[in-house]
Amino acid sequence: MGNIVNNGVNVDALLAAREALKNAPAAGEFTWRASCKWLNGTHARSTVQGFRGLGEEQSHKSEFSFDTDHPAVFASEDNGATPVEVVLVGLASCLTAGVAAVAQNRGIQLRSVEARLEGKMNIAGILGIDGDIRNGYDSIKVTFHVDADASKKEIEALVAQSQKRSAVFDIITNPTDVTVEVV
Amino acid sequence: MSRVLTERSLEHVVLERGEVANSWRRERWDSLRLLTPNWLSRLPGYAYAGSDPDGFMNLPEVVDFIARFAAENSAPVRTHAAVTSVRSIEGGYQVATEQGEIRCRCLVIASGANNTPRVPDLRRGVPQTVQCLTTFSYRNPDTLPPGGVLIVGAAATGLQLADEIHRSGRPVTLCVGEHVRLPRSYRGRDILWWMENSGVWNQRYDQIEDLERARRLPSPQLVGTPEHATLELNTLSRAGVEIVGKLAAVRDGRALFSGGLVNQLALADLKMERLLDTFDVWARESHIDSEVGPVERFELTQAPPSTRLSLDLRSGEIRTIVWATGYRPDYRWLNVPVLTHKGELRHDGGVVTEAPGMYVLGLPVLRRRKSTFINGAEADTRDLAQHLAGYLAGSNA
Repeated sequence: MGNIVNNGVNVDALLAAREALKNAPAAGEFTWRASCKWLNGTHARSTVQGFRGLGEEQSHKSEFSFDTDHPAVFASEDNGATPVEVVLVGLASCLTAGVAAVAQNRGIQLRSVEARLEGKMNIAGILGIDGDIRNGYDSIKVTFHVDADASKKEIEALVAQSQKRSAVFDIITNPTDVTVEVV
Repeated sequence: MSRVLTERSLEHVVLERGEVANSWRRERWDSLRLLTPNWLSRLPGYAYAGSDPDGFMNLPEVVDFIARFAAENSAPVRTHAAVTSVRSIEGGYQVATEQGEIRCRCLVIASGANNTPRVPDLRRGVPQTVQCLTTFSYRNPDTLPPGGVLIVGAAATGLQLADEIHRSGRPVTLCVGEHVRLPRSYRGRDILWWMENSGVWNQRYDQIEDLERARRLPSPQLVGTPEHATLELNTLSRAGVEIVGKLAAVRDGRALFSGGLVNQLALADLKMERLLDTFDVWARESHIDSEVGPVERFELTQAPPSTRLSLDLRSGEIRTIVWATGYRPDYRWLNVPVLTHKGELRHDGGVVTEAPGMYVLGLPVLRRRKSTFINGAEADTRDLAQHLAGYLAGSNA
């Protein structure tokens, strides 16, 4: 089936990497990096390029940059998405890429995949109005529309497996140790 | 293995750290019963002969069942002979026991996968005011202090303890990560009847696509009761057990639970339905649809309307934590370099290929899906005994 189905994911390479890493666990240790420069007001520009993995320094083929800001209702200039929207972008793109990879591995041809995300937040938390209200999202809802050569059950299983293997889903649903220091 | 070696007239000795069926005598909780029905509780040349073939043995009955098997076969068991070290020597192994040294040409490790409780490192963050128990130290609800109990783990053990502790009147919170949901009965037959007869249980290790995953699967949510009750999250949560996500961290005295609970519930439902589909196809193709009941589908697991993501362990709400987070084998005595960096034994279907003449039994999906069930022992031991006999014959030549 793998010959006929093409979602543009090189599953053989991923499976080969999985085998190789079993015998060299240290190579699986990756470090992802981002840096961020304040521009003005709430406008900032983050960039990514280098990362570490497979035992050595690696690089994207070019530098990617992301402007973030806040919209006018926050009295900002709206030069970019808000950071909390970028979090939704991270989750959406991770789950969507995961659906494609799992579909390829399971021999399911995709025609279209769309995800809509909604994160609910009470900003009384970040504004310090009510200490019982958390800063972050109370809940995030992801709705997938998948058109594929597969039954509804198989599509549900794709989406479930994609969550199970998603780094960003894990980062959002489980606590992560974060240290911040000033140098 | 002893029985099968005797059939082949291979001289051997069985080393037992305590008494026959030691872990069943000393390392399990009071209410435990086998998950395998009596009719399916078979060992080589030996089967249940009592009056309740559809029942499930309790602990004293299991001990009796195994002890009687040892006696009937006059198994050469040396009791109170814990192994303290195994070293490779020319042509075999040097085994140090509490009763002295033994040299052998072949060694079969049959100490199983459940030697010590596997408790996550995050236990270190639990405040001293909360009593921690494992499935080795828990006996029954009466030994717990009054007050709330947090049970970590939703395999067979976690659900069984959640049920009995909740019935004792203590508020129970159950942490649910990846789990395997199974009904006790399906279409009028025990679920293990389906596993055995459909061939699912006999699927060989070298035919399973993701073997490592299969070997890591938690035990299915089953219990053996006289009522043949299904043990499931829906029943527990309706009875008042609070279901939360996987325990992800303990930070500043607070337990933090994963927000991925809904997906864990969905995955388990999907996998159960896939398995039941497999059974239905097998029943149709084997023309036995008329011998079993009609096709059934079960209610999906209902996620709680909202789940707690954190719980203050210093508030007094939780007095006890029971770690039902599985077991691990103990190979500290094995001084032969055959372990992975995670301390697991490297083997190919029970043959420890890096150590000629060494074998292992009773690990998850060792050679078949049923390897760790009581009736799974026979096929595995016969395969390995044949390999072992061939090895001995070859090294004699």
